[in-house]
Amino acid sequence: MSKGAVLILGATSDIGLAVAHRFAGLGHPVQLAARDAAGLEATRTDMALRHNVEVTTHAFDALALESHAGFIDALPELPRIAVCAVGLMGEQSENEADMERAVRVMRSNYEGPASIFGHLANRFAARGSGALVGISSVAGLRGRATNYIYGSAKAGFTAYLSGLRNRLAGEGVHVLTVLPGFVATRMTEDLELPEKLTAEPEEVADAIEAALRKGRNIIYVRKIWWGIMTIICNIPERIFKGMKI
Amino acid sequence: MKLSGWGRYPVHTTALCRPRTPEALQAELADGPVIARGNGRAYGDSAVAQGRTVQMRHFSHMISFDDATGVLVAEAGVLLGDVITAFLSRGWFPPVTPGTKFVTLGGMIAADVHGKNHHKDGSFGSFVDWIELMGPDGVIKRCSPRRNKELFEWTLGGMGLTGVILRAAIRLRPVESAWIRQTTRALPNLEAAIEAFEAADEATYSVAWIDCLSKGDQLGRSLLMLGEHAAGDDLKKSRKKRPFEVPVKSKRTIPFDAPGLALNRFTVRAFNRLYYWNGTRKAGTTLVDWDSYFYPLDAILGWNRIYGRRGFMQFQCALPLETSAEGLKALLEATSAAGAGSFLAVLKRFGAQESRFSFPMAGYTLALDFPVNRTTLQLMERLDAITLAHQGRFYLAKDSRMSAQTLRSSDTRVSDFEAMRAAGGLPARFHSKQSERLSL
Repeated sequence: MSKGAVLILGATSDIGLAVAHRFAGLGHPVQLAARDAAGLEATRTDMALRHNVEVTTHAFDALALESHAGFIDALPELPRIAVCAVGLMGEQSENEADMERAVRVMRSNYEGPASIFGHLANRFAARGSGALVGISSVAGLRGRATNYIYGSAKAGFTAYLSGLRNRLAGEGVHVLTVLPGFVATRMTEDLELPEKLTAEPEEVADAIEAALRKGRNIIYVRKIWWGIMTIICNIPERIFKGMKI
Repeated sequence: MKLSGWGRYPVHTTALCRPRTPEALQAELADGPVIARGNGRAYGDSAVAQGRTVQMRHFSHMISFDDATGVLVAEAGVLLGDVITAFLSRGWFPPVTPGTKFVTLGGMIAADVHGKNHHKDGSFGSFVDWIELMGPDGVIKRCSPRRNKELFEWTLGGMGLTGVILRAAIRLRPVESAWIRQTTRALPNLEAAIEAFEAADEATYSVAWIDCLSKGDQLGRSLLMLGEHAAGDDLKKSRKKRPFEVPVKSKRTIPFDAPGLALNRFTVRAFNRLYYWNGTRKAGTTLVDWDSYFYPLDAILGWNRIYGRRGFMQFQCALPLETSAEGLKALLEATSAAGAGSFLAVLKRFGAQESRFSFPMAGYTLALDFPVNRTTLQLMERLDAITLAHQGRFYLAKDSRMSAQTLRSSDTRVSDFEAMRAAGGLPARFHSKQSERLSL
């Protein structure tokens, strides 16, 4: 029996790429989708050579909501697993000063991913099978001064995934929420991140593959993040508002 | 950030840049001298620069593969292990491999690495059809034995000091299975080991583990391990159907730095006795999977931590055939007398090699490793002197502490390398902590 296709939304991101390699390595055909499909050509060749599987590339713009239904129709097959690694962090200070930027961050992390997952959820439900993997963020668990534009959009996405999971639980469709914590990617390249808290994209990919196999619902990649976020979420608001974290 | 080689000594502060495109790399070069770094498996300071070090892991695309000839075109940051994962199941294996698969193709070319088949097949450079090299001006040149021949030759073994290797075409070798037919022979001393190497000239792979703490009549007692790629017919019936599948092994990780005392002359001596005794008991021919045969240490992730926080150093020299027996004896005597246990001691016969700046030469190579401390630093100076007295030379991919003077005394090619660098305006664009220390 051939393995089901895996769709990667945001395939030029480091996490998207690592997840694609992980599933291609297991013999799944892979559909790579990103805004710049031409830029995926080298990746397509590389992935097909390494893993000997079918790899296709597709132009996908998370913000062009009207294109989402047609995008799915144009895929070679309805995927078995869809992974959304679309995201945009931006600079918090710029997001504060410029509302256009802020809205773009909100739309990229919430509206776009929610829209494409909405379409996919309906088709997976009609088929009665499939898995949706949303890469959200620990930043969405509590708004902080340093990152709340990005964080609030991720909070929306996390809640959306939770709702989808609840809705689809009886329909044979699984929804996995991933809260990776720090990951060494292009997004965080210029930040000084503590080594013990920072996962490699490959670790995220391994965690996703394992979580799908075991039917997990919400995962952190490095377990220490569960502890950190439990503490952060339990600090009383009157103390939290005066803290710099 | 703080950065070192695999030996975790010496540690230097450097800015690590991670370009993703040739344009971004050009911009880095324009800002002043750098050194390219692959996966950081050179032991010393070969891939650490004062100022900025360029991490090449983002250049990791495989570009094409020809099923008829086994020629793979790939970017320099591709890991050797990924090449094996991709192509062994299709019947192809690296033509030359060092003792770890966690190296990049660029690093293998820059160090012109050798493997257990050097006596038959030469170094990795013999299997490189061409490379694309970014020079000091940011221009990318295709270099091969026909085109830009000199630059090609200087870059093999040139330790990244001729430019940044971006892509290469390498020839893989066809194999019938993922298994190696290994024959182990226990040899009571150095003379017997050398005799056995000379008699085993026809073996594809040969390498000896050597007990560097044994003395007297037993000085240099060794386990010689010969290997051949197993043919389909060599495999058990159950394996014949899937000759490229091997059992999955669990990986172990060294989670913390061992205390500095964990490896001392007593523990190493005990280990060596046990290992040799075990080898005598198991002598004979067995089938071993490729990973266990070529990369036993890769199964222990982070094994460099067993030497503790201060790190460790490798000593590796090559001696010409004429002086090998005498020189090896002197090196082993000095090591044994110092009681400085080397956990990994490896002896290997090299075949002939003509090259501009690569390490191997016809004769024998000995590799030893030591934890970093005052005694071992002094011992290594003595080993340097013994090597020089026997017309030997040193492997730069292992070096972390040699002096510029020692290097010059060991190798007349150094001044040519320096002159080539000066003529090309290379020192202003490419340097490493090692090239500074050795005035290259």
